Amino acid sequence: MSEGTPKFKVTVDNITIEVPPGTTILNAARMIGGDVCPPAMCYYSKLKDSGGKCRTCLVEVSKGSEKDPRPMPKLVASCRTTVMDGMEVKNLTSEKVVDARKGVVEFLLLNHPLDCPVCDQAGECDLQNLSYEHGTEGTRYEFKRRTFEKEDIGPYISLHMTRCIMCFRCVFAADQLTEKREHGIMERGDHAQISTYLNKALDHDFIGNVIDVCPVGALTDRTFRFKNRVWFTKPLDAHRDCPKCSGKVRLWTRGEEVFRVTARKDQWGEVEEFICNDCRFHKKEKKDWVIEGPSIIQRSSVISQGHYVGTKKTPVLIDKVIGKEPLHLLNIHDVSDVNRPDIDLSKIEGPAHSDDFNTDHHVSTGLKKWTDNK
Amino acid sequence: MGVKLLLEHDHVEGIRYYDTYRKNGGYRAAEKALKMAPADIVEEVKKSGLRGRGGAGFPTGLKWSFLAKPEGVPRHIVCNADESEPGTFKDRYLMEFIPHLLIEGLLVSSFALGSNATYIYIRGEYAWIVDILNQAIAEAKNNGWLGKNIKGTGFDCEIYVHRGAGAYICGEETALLESLEGKRGNPRLKPPFPAVQGVWMRPTVVNNVETIASVVPIINIGGDEYAKIGIGKSTGTKLMSACGNINKPGVYEIDMTISVEEFIFSDEYCGGIKNGKKLKACIPGGSSVPILPANLLLKTAKGETRLMNYESMSDGGFVSGSMIGSGGFEVFDEDQCIVRHTMTLARFYNHESCGQCSPCREGTGWMYKILKNLEYGKGKMSDIDLLWDIQRKIEGNTICPLGDAAAWPVAAAIRHFRDEFEWHIKNPEESQKRNFGLAHYADPIHVAASV
Ligand SMILES: Cc1cc2nc3c(=O)[nH]c(=O)nc-3n(C[C@H](O)[C@H](O)[C@H](O)COP(=O)(O)O)c2cc1C
Ligand code: SF4
Ligand code: SF4
Ligand code: FES
Repeated sequence: MSEGTPKFKVTVDNITIEVPPGTTILNAARMIGGDVCPPAMCYYSKLKDSGGKCRTCLVEVSKGSEKDPRPMPKLVASCRTTVMDGMEVKNLTSEKVVDARKGVVEFLLLNHPLDCPVCDQAGECDLQNLSYEHGTEGTRYEFKRRTFEKEDIGPYISLHMTRCIMCFRCVFAADQLTEKREHGIMERGDHAQISTYLNKALDHDFIGNVIDVCPVGALTDRTFRFKNRVWFTKPLDAHRDCPKCSGKVRLWTRGEEVFRVTARKDQWGEVEEFICNDCRFHKKEKKDWVIEGPSIIQRSSVISQGHYVGTKKTPVLIDKVIGKEPLHLLNIHDVSDVNRPDIDLSKIEGPAHSDDFNTDHHVSTGLKKWTDNK
Repeated sequence: MGVKLLLEHDHVEGIRYYDTYRKNGGYRAAEKALKMAPADIVEEVKKSGLRGRGGAGFPTGLKWSFLAKPEGVPRHIVCNADESEPGTFKDRYLMEFIPHLLIEGLLVSSFALGSNATYIYIRGEYAWIVDILNQAIAEAKNNGWLGKNIKGTGFDCEIYVHRGAGAYICGEETALLESLEGKRGNPRLKPPFPAVQGVWMRPTVVNNVETIASVVPIINIGGDEYAKIGIGKSTGTKLMSACGNINKPGVYEIDMTISVEEFIFSDEYCGGIKNGKKLKACIPGGSSVPILPANLLLKTAKGETRLMNYESMSDGGFVSGSMIGSGGFEVFDEDQCIVRHTMTLARFYNHESCGQCSPCREGTGWMYKILKNLEYGKGKMSDIDLLWDIQRKIEGNTICPLGDAAAWPVAAAIRHFRDEFEWHIKNPEESQKRNFGLAHYADPIHVAASV
């Protein structure tokens, strides 16, 4: 942004920031960063027209603007509401928001099968994170959950409609990244479903990206299906010279094996650059790639439990805002039954093993491999 | 007899056809309007105080004045004839019997706002009315009221009838525009409002059938005269579609000064409760508005007589009032079961939710399932509070007002008829055989409840 551009002052949970006009409340909060940011399950900055649907990002506007200070009568979707100069927004500091968000989480989980133990997305699922941070324990729903048949849409992608939260991201992605959309929403209400018309296979160079934009395990990679838990794999950033896309990817590896290739995701869980199907599904050997090094993983992510260097701690602002530690920003290394704080995981080579934690000697230095202890 | 502006000639034989309609004073407003400056027509509508008849009651003149007019971009009027709100059938009556009133209103409105292509989005189930409207449009065209250079003014206008495919949600104005564009009928996020970016991203005014038809008498008698009919901000006349346990169900034109009691019990209107039964409850403005027990219906919580107009009907807010809404007036006698009725509505909203936003998509189904348990004697006491909590979490948190419309009937039923829900739970078997009855609902209000 150049010097002369006007800026709007906006306050989110008592933290003030200046942003260019046209910025949404959510993006302003993201500029502040850290945990004051409302959760977003459907908005995706790289997909035009996305957002507004899931309602997890609802916030209270306690002051409309400097010119018109009236508060907004209803909670608004922060992902689709642009800031005004002098606007004051309450997110975690608003009881109304916290309560409404609990409701939204409950609604999103209402018909969800909770089959995390057999879901490939577990460990990197936005819905798991959301429920953990903003939901309540248990459910008040006592009825049969809605079910759908699992469907393979083409050779690479598997659709578990039962897990879908109807965020529409895949529809926008298919629409905006491919020239012919064959996949969309059929039916309406709670029987609405994502599908392809007449079970057509999805066949396009960039269609694999629908897997990455899906916040839950509804769209998963068939080439990775049941091969491994994500937290047992080690993410590495790598690239190749690709004629179709940027070739910048993340390899999910274990030793020499490449289990899966995805696009790189930023701290908001959004893809940095969309990648092509060739890179994603057909380059499954380390020699196909120039390895840049371990990916930066959020310390709060369960994936970081098997990841030893370069984890990144989300800046914590929340204690300033509401005076208490957030749940989700815990450091998995501190609390896991498996991990012991005295074990420095970053010093263990290769994947960690339970023996690393069960023995007393040597491991505290972390320099020895578990096999040495035998 | 009250004033009749819309249904004055509805019983004239052949009024559906151009010649008879013309002989009975039809197209006088069009003649007059085409000689006026468009801005003056808008001004007359503003002066008339006309409020939208589609449900929300937004001032029409104001809505028209918001219409953006960027250079070189076409503007459109879209008439909302989707009428799918349970209990509402006034637009159907108008279009079926006096289609030219709508066509004339559309011509005047199109001329006022500069819409050269005007659309009627009609509920898919009204299949036969499409033919009636198309015939009326053809007649109007043959007589020079539509087409190119209308009556030498240089103004061109075509009216197209577009059929919906059977979705209540397509009555919501932005879902309607999506559907009109040939897309899935999902409501849009606002802003932008249709007045700025409507159909095909062009400035658009969406108005209900009755709203558009009311423009005809406004031009005929003048905005000021129109505003003199009625009371306060409820000007002009309103069509009510009355149904339920009454002697004379049907569509009535009322001026908004009459009392609810007169409307239900006088012979001019509903003619009293059928079979000599007692009045138990009423939904005064279509299924989405709060249901009221008889005592709060006839009198406000302050003890004043409740009138058939926007202000009086909503007196007391949702605590003790309701809304005139779309004018679907449903009357319940002492034999009707509120639990069952609430379940039926919940089923409707569950079925009609578009599924875009999570509170409405998931919450409506949940409420329906709980209500089904209650109705069939399988409910628990805690279900009542749960229902209350669910509706509270839907209301206000959704993209479009369908979420609110699903929440309000449940909230109102629990608010006013909680004892009936409790009775269902405590007497699961008896509740399968008989209804709760009248309880105190028909009693006069003793103390003015604090509102
Ligand atoms: C779920 C839903 C259904 C609606 N259905 C109708 C309808 O069938 N007819 C109608 O005129 N307005 C309907 N409306 C209201 C419209 O969105 C809109 O407010 C109206 O057409 C505006 O016209 P008016 O200003 O003339 O009332 C509906 C609104 C909602 C939220
Ligand atoms: S399949 Fe995934 S991306 Fe598509 S709508 Fe469902 S949850 Fe969203
Ligand atoms: S409130 Fe209901 S009908 Fe309206 S957009 Fe949301 S899901 Fe669709
Ligand atoms: S992220 Fe804003 S509504 Fe889903």
